[in-house]
Amino acid sequence: MSVLQIFRKTIMAVVCKPIAHFWFGLNLLHKERLPENGPAIIIANHNSHLDTFLLLTLFKTNLLHRLKPVAAADYFLKGGFSSWVSLRLIGILPVTRERKRGESDPLQACYRALERGDILIIFPEGSRGAPEEMSNFKTGIARIARQFPEVPVIPIYLQNAGRALPKGKRVPVPFVFTAIIGEALTYPGDRAEFMEQIRSAMAALKEEAPQLKWPEQES
Amino acid sequence: MSFPFSLPSNTSLTAIVLIYGLLGLASLIYLFQKQRGGGSDELAARLGSWWVIITLMIVPLMLGALPFLLIMSFISFVALKEFLSITPGRMEDRPIVVAAYLTIPLQAFFIWLHAYGIFLILVPVYAFLVLAYLMTTYGKVERFLPSIGIFHWALMTTVYNLGYVSYIMFLPGGCNGTAGNAAIVLFLLIATQLNDVAQYVWGKSFGKRKILPSVSPNKTWEGFIGGWATTALFIAIVGPMMTPMQFPESLLFAALMPLVGFIGDVTMSAIKRDLGVKDTSSLIPGHGGALDRLDSLTFTAPLFFHLLVFTSYGPFAMSCS
Repeated sequence: MSVLQIFRKTIMAVVCKPIAHFWFGLNLLHKERLPENGPAIIIANHNSHLDTFLLLTLFKTNLLHRLKPVAAADYFLKGGFSSWVSLRLIGILPVTRERKRGESDPLQACYRALERGDILIIFPEGSRGAPEEMSNFKTGIARIARQFPEVPVIPIYLQNAGRALPKGKRVPVPFVFTAIIGEALTYPGDRAEFMEQIRSAMAALKEEAPQLKWPEQES
Repeated sequence: MSFPFSLPSNTSLTAIVLIYGLLGLASLIYLFQKQRGGGSDELAARLGSWWVIITLMIVPLMLGALPFLLIMSFISFVALKEFLSITPGRMEDRPIVVAAYLTIPLQAFFIWLHAYGIFLILVPVYAFLVLAYLMTTYGKVERFLPSIGIFHWALMTTVYNLGYVSYIMFLPGGCNGTAGNAAIVLFLLIATQLNDVAQYVWGKSFGKRKILPSVSPNKTWEGFIGGWATTALFIAIVGPMMTPMQFPESLLFAALMPLVGFIGDVTMSAIKRDLGVKDTSSLIPGHGGALDRLDSLTFTAPLFFHLLVFTSYGPFAMSCS
């Protein structure tokens, strides 16, 4: 194990996990559905930079070197120290969001990672969007799953990271994160059907979370 | 030889030995059941968590008033965070969330100063007013009242009411004979949790008639009355040994505390039901969130404290009566 990996795992165990549990807090449902090993694909809704932090802390520390958050190269690789943090410390897998004519498949890196046995962490909404609202999932996830029909796709519904640190804010406010792990899905052979499976799985997980709204008033 | 902290009194030590003894016995019974193929994982998690909870309370309690104040402040923080995380707050109110958290160290500071009068009004009057004022400053009026109501309710239960547990450690020391203040805290915690457990066990064994089906469907008259009788007996007999209360007045504690513990439990159930959540978080395996475990205590702590001060202490809890 390289020095960097030991450093990452130490930081995870003595800094990140205590922060996640005690400064914030975890309301984790169906923990037993988390994969014990790779390859696997984790998909989650996305409202905050804390989403990646939260997902990384859910797994056992000795799996850290397997976890690869897939992230937009144009946003996270602007050069300098922040690029180094994203690539080496957090361990993101950069992909380009715009596919230019004549270029190879931008998801190649994802395929290679799955072949190595890594666990991909993907936010299929593409970007963080409005606070605590879920937008449509993009279909790149289906392209990856089609190449690896035997790899489990595990949907996770996240809540409150968007309240703790919404897009555009700098100061994280302590909230308890809810993370609800769904049953593993596998690619059924049809893209539209797969996207519908994901959509209904996420909707069902959302129902299990605190509703965070008052019941509709009858007038 | 001098210790950096005072040694626990014989009363506290006896109570601690009995608590661990009972828990050890329950754990042994569970292990015995498990060997014969019985015993659920839920029960194992629940028992395991009790070992942690009890140790987490007892160690700071034995170390002294300040360590106990610090751990209670952290517990208030966890409970307040759970409350604000399951309720529909507005995104704009994030600064108010920070202000709400800051009342915890502020209140702890005044408890540490023995400033009883300030402790009494800090959250119910001044946090009440200041938070509402702060909320007007950014001019968002939609759902103003339910939003500030969430903060007021959260602060009163998780910060102010739990503050009374800490304040017991800062009462005049000699009023409890040689038993000390830690024994009073232990008594409050044991009586409150015993009431929860006794209600559960009586209800599970003999429960038939539902008491409040729309709020708490598992609660029965049999559990309520059985729990009340069990806890009342405990309070009437053990109260005079562990606290300054004396025999005839201990009957007042015995009659009221189990009732108020029950009310605290069902009140939090009503809130959770309204919000559509089962547990306030998954922090404590087998129990749910911190707030699920503390619900009764948020109601019994102020009642117990006031009864005690009224019957056994001088004005403003400054001296023994």
